Amino acid sequence: MKAAPAPSRLRPRDTLRVASSGVRTRPLRAVLSALGIAVGIAAMVTVVGVSASSREQVNEQLRNLGTNLLTVSAGQTLAGGESKLPEDSVDMVARIGPVTTVSAIGTINDMSVYRNQHIPVEETNGLAVNAARTDLLDTVSGTLASGRWLDDALAKYPTVVLGANAAERLGITQTDGSVEVWLGDEWFTVVGILDPVPLAPELDSAAMIGWPVAADELGFDGSPTTIYERSDESAVEDVRVVLPATVNPANPEEVSVSRPSDALAAQAAADETLTTLLLALGGVALLVGGIGVANTMVIAVLERRSEIGLRRALGATRPHIRRQFLGESLLLAGLGGVGGAAMGGVATLAFATYRDWPPAMPLWVLGGAAAATIVVGAIAGAYPAARAARLPPTAALATI
Amino acid sequence: MSMQTETAATLSPTAVNDPVVLLEDVRRVYPGQPPVRALDGVSLEINAGELVGVVGPSGSGKTTMLNVLGTLDRADAGLVQIDGYDVSSLSDRQLSAIRARRVGFVFQQFFLAPGVSALDNVADGLLYSGLSRHRRRARARQTLTRVGLADRMHHKPNELSGGQRQRVAVARALVGKPSLLLADEPTGALDSTSGAAVLKLLHELRDGGTTIVVITHDHNVAAELPRQVHILDGKIESDERVSQI
Repeated sequence: MKAAPAPSRLRPRDTLRVASSGVRTRPLRAVLSALGIAVGIAAMVTVVGVSASSREQVNEQLRNLGTNLLTVSAGQTLAGGESKLPEDSVDMVARIGPVTTVSAIGTINDMSVYRNQHIPVEETNGLAVNAARTDLLDTVSGTLASGRWLDDALAKYPTVVLGANAAERLGITQTDGSVEVWLGDEWFTVVGILDPVPLAPELDSAAMIGWPVAADELGFDGSPTTIYERSDESAVEDVRVVLPATVNPANPEEVSVSRPSDALAAQAAADETLTTLLLALGGVALLVGGIGVANTMVIAVLERRSEIGLRRALGATRPHIRRQFLGESLLLAGLGGVGGAAMGGVATLAFATYRDWPPAMPLWVLGGAAAATIVVGAIAGAYPAARAARLPPTAALATI
Repeated sequence: MSMQTETAATLSPTAVNDPVVLLEDVRRVYPGQPPVRALDGVSLEINAGELVGVVGPSGSGKTTMLNVLGTLDRADAGLVQIDGYDVSSLSDRQLSAIRARRVGFVFQQFFLAPGVSALDNVADGLLYSGLSRHRRRARARQTLTRVGLADRMHHKPNELSGGQRQRVAVARALVGKPSLLLADEPTGALDSTSGAAVLKLLHELRDGGTTIVVITHDHNVAAELPRQVHILDGKIESDERVSQI
């Protein structure tokens, strides 16, 4: 009895070549079945990319606006009524060591702003009237859409700066002094319109007038309702602790202190629920794509029975056949994965550009897409490949 | 497995006197009602360098014979020894190795890969030998020259005539220098001129020392072969040697 001959051997490079032969000879079918995977991967990559870009946008905004702004509001009395901050509370906050800037608004109760005197008083449009200190805009990092902000001179006269929403609701775009609004029992000239203020959104639907004119003309009592304060970044928490007792020593428990940048960050985090849902939808698309590849592979095995028989006659072992078809399935899925990742990247870039966001794509997405592709390709190819390998060579050759 | 061992196994002159094919009382029964006795006690010995025709009508068991000789199928009973290996004692993997290195197949339908050059189709005969692509192509070039297709190396199958395609298929079977070449109706899909050319090629290969078994239902084809084994209902009816002119 002779020793068994050297075993059949298929080099790894040749395994790759035979695995790609099906893709090369039927390119249209390969592209179509890979497209299913591509759509799934593209959907998932886009969802993650868009949400990352959105988060990056918020982060960039926070970097620009700073996270060291604290807002102090009067809060409510224990009895449930509106509390008030003492008139000198702004100066007291300014005396806290690490505080760099401080400003305030005082909301004037039961007052709104109207296009003219004929509008019924109750149609307020939800707009508030605030007496604002002239240093407010810098403190909250607000910017003007047009016109100018209140200065010491303007603050003494009936002039008004409108928040972004307030201007829109009143239908006012002109700030050249030609437009007046009815405020209290008097005409106020519109001198400026603000951009939306991310760190103080309450200003968007308000009209800001000077502190002195509010006191002189509208009977404003001079006590601030909200104080805006910036301090050294490292001291924000320390300042936060001492603020209530500083602004309202008599009733520190009534004062509420908030950090608006936290709200912005929380909003970005809240988007993640939606992201997860969309990601799951992308996963369903990927699953359908995987079924498409499995389908293609099952048909390929049926169609290529004689090729399988020939390969067995040429000396292929069962594992060689299995690897060929599993490889083809992985290749199809991989093709879809690469195409889908590219499509997702382009979609993210396009969407971010459209929304004027900084495009961002976390690296783990690429790893995740690669892993998902491999898993889908392996699962889709496992059964057809096993069937191809189990096919007896005689049965495979008997079919024409 | 390293190249050294492979070369040693190929060259070692073990069993010089062994027949290339040795069948002793081989039976192969396909289950069914009634069971089909495709091979019913076949004994056959084919020595190195022989050119043998296995002739029989369809259903006589000659395809089963080809499968058993080519180790594509196992016998239910009896001894099958191919190139000195007892087939029944070998695993599927080892049988694959015998097919990769010791047996070459030629099919009626050629089974050439479409869109692939003659050279690469022939080189694929060595695909499962583990040789590099470069060396496979070098040997394919030699073999194509040997079957008279030196000027058709880069033609695709659809650019070749039927006879040329079958010669490419013969080259693919030969490229691994097998001990046994099995041809299943090699002229079945060809016109008489091309068929004659392929048979002439087989004769030349026999003269070069290759052992060849031709399976055919065509008595005219068989008549050209120096040894004819007639098979009917799974049994060998006659085994004649015709002296060569």
